Amino acid sequence: MQSNLNKDRWQEDVYRVADRVRLRVLDHVLKNNGGYMSQACSSAETLATLYLKVMKLGESEAPMIPPPFPGVPSPSNDKYFTGAAYNGAFAPHLDRFIFSPAHYALALYTILIETDRMSEEGLAQFNKDGSTVEMIGAEHSPGCEVTSGSLAQTLSQAAGIALARRLRGDTGKVWVYMSDGEFQEGQTWEAIQVMSHYKLDNMGVYVDVNGQQVDGRTDDVMAIGDLRNKLEAFGTRAFVVDGHSVEALSAPALEPVDGKPLFVLAKTDPTRGLPRLKERAPKLHYLRFVSPEERSKYEADFKEMQVRIGEL
Amino acid sequence: MEVLTRVYAKKLVEWSKDKPKVVVYSADLTSSVEADMFMKAYPDRFFSMGLAEQHMHSMAGGMAREGYKPFIHTFAVFIYRRAYDQICNSIAYPNLPVRMVGFLPGILTPGGATHQAIEDISIMRSLPNMNVVEVGDVTEIETILDAIDEINGPVYIRMLRGEVPRLFDRNEPFVFNKARHLNKGEDITLFSSGICTEESLRATQVLKERGVSVDHYHISTLKPFTDPQVLEGINNAKKGVITFENHSIIGGLGSSVAEVMAENGSGKKLLRLGIPDRFAHGASRPYLMKEMGLDALALVRGVEKLLGQNLNIKEEDLAEVRLQEMHSAAKAEAL
Repeated sequence: MQSNLNKDRWQEDVYRVADRVRLRVLDHVLKNNGGYMSQACSSAETLATLYLKVMKLGESEAPMIPPPFPGVPSPSNDKYFTGAAYNGAFAPHLDRFIFSPAHYALALYTILIETDRMSEEGLAQFNKDGSTVEMIGAEHSPGCEVTSGSLAQTLSQAAGIALARRLRGDTGKVWVYMSDGEFQEGQTWEAIQVMSHYKLDNMGVYVDVNGQQVDGRTDDVMAIGDLRNKLEAFGTRAFVVDGHSVEALSAPALEPVDGKPLFVLAKTDPTRGLPRLKERAPKLHYLRFVSPEERSKYEADFKEMQVRIGEL
Repeated sequence: MEVLTRVYAKKLVEWSKDKPKVVVYSADLTSSVEADMFMKAYPDRFFSMGLAEQHMHSMAGGMAREGYKPFIHTFAVFIYRRAYDQICNSIAYPNLPVRMVGFLPGILTPGGATHQAIEDISIMRSLPNMNVVEVGDVTEIETILDAIDEINGPVYIRMLRGEVPRLFDRNEPFVFNKARHLNKGEDITLFSSGICTEESLRATQVLKERGVSVDHYHISTLKPFTDPQVLEGINNAKKGVITFENHSIIGGLGSSVAEVMAENGSGKKLLRLGIPDRFAHGASRPYLMKEMGLDALALVRGVEKLLGQNLNIKEEDLAEVRLQEMHSAAKAEAL
């Protein structure tokens, strides 16, 4: 994908994709009377930067319209697949993308559409029975590869993939996207400890530090403190960046590797691009309209966004 | 009967010599779970995970996705109790070929309730895609790695360590999902597993002298539980069926046999011998086996209960069997 970017003005392309992610997710939320909106608002630039600028992925090898669910994995199910093929082939020189916050699936599907890896018809299958385009991303969902819905297991699984790739001599990296709430789970710190111990510098982890979780503000629910200091104390390289600046987001990935796993803490605003969400603060986890009046306000916001960004 | 030591440690090194995809994970109990010889032999394939069982299981799942075959080594209790969600989501759901080698099952550890895996079979057997096996002697330790190698999915192994007797012919390897028919009989059908098979062999010898004929099967595959020999054994029993295991009587071998009996309408009596529905505590193996009813005498009392008669067998009668066999074997091996 990187080669398609305008070399001098790549930032414009990435911002445009990020804007379209918000617009498309809001469109979806309006049509379905609900959805994970704030996650798209906080993650849009990060996901767009990863897909367009940071990661070295092959073209999608999956059907543009996601095939139906082939059944759960079992010894007798030879039709089973994961959603990894949307992120391109597995090849020694190519990167891998491992997606952790399963409830950000809507934002992920949307980024796949905006980067020509999935057709927009695919999103019509969202949360439909028998579809792989699940509300909470499963490992068979487009763009997903591991079972991540029980949060904080993905980083460990990605570390296993990274260790295997290092043993094999692959040059490609393993990129992980996760949410800040996962740093409340003990397993996350076990994983970081092991990544550091085994010097898995073929791993890069982008964290959506939006300070939000289901019950409200992270600082109120369970403060996670100074993540950069904690991560550095665990032996990683950690950068705090403006999560809505695509230049700031991409810069740490260009740093030479030094034996330490890379963490990019993207400070984000869960209402970015849709300030009306502030009216619902601090409960931003899921947007469901409480009244026709509220809905029409968001419809007006959508029309305004469309004027600025263009038609979907 | 010979008694050998560190059988698994040696076998793992020999077996994995030409298997570069086999990697070993250990959680700070490396020599306690006989993974130290592997560590020394193949340091590049050994990964110390420290005290981080949850991460260890998820990471093994990630590595298995890449074509490696991770063998997790720790005490049985730290596998399923500490990392159940990780086993479920990172290993079992995606049906990945991770081997979880659990040591010191049941009351084999003096470490007390925190260390004693008494409901592991119950938990692991109800997990879809999971396979559950348990070794009972040296021959099974020596041959289990080959027996499960082709299984396309996760396997939980109840492993024995330290001094282990050889109960079965070295030329009769572990066969996945196949019971060992140790003795033909018709009064009582006995299904035993793990260390309880050794106790059973002591008891059945004395029972035979008292005229009680026992149809005895050693069970080493707990899941799947579809060997037709089990139903044949149930059908043979004139006076009832006994299960005998180093595990809670809830959810393990006893429950598995009960399910087969009920589903086939056998209508026979079943006596489940094993750890009663209560926690154990820190004490020696012989002490706990006696307290929990896992020794040969407990089996004899069970047989008496099913037959409704007193066979006049005393502890000394059984101890004699054990002493003769175990003691002489230990001497021969210069232990």
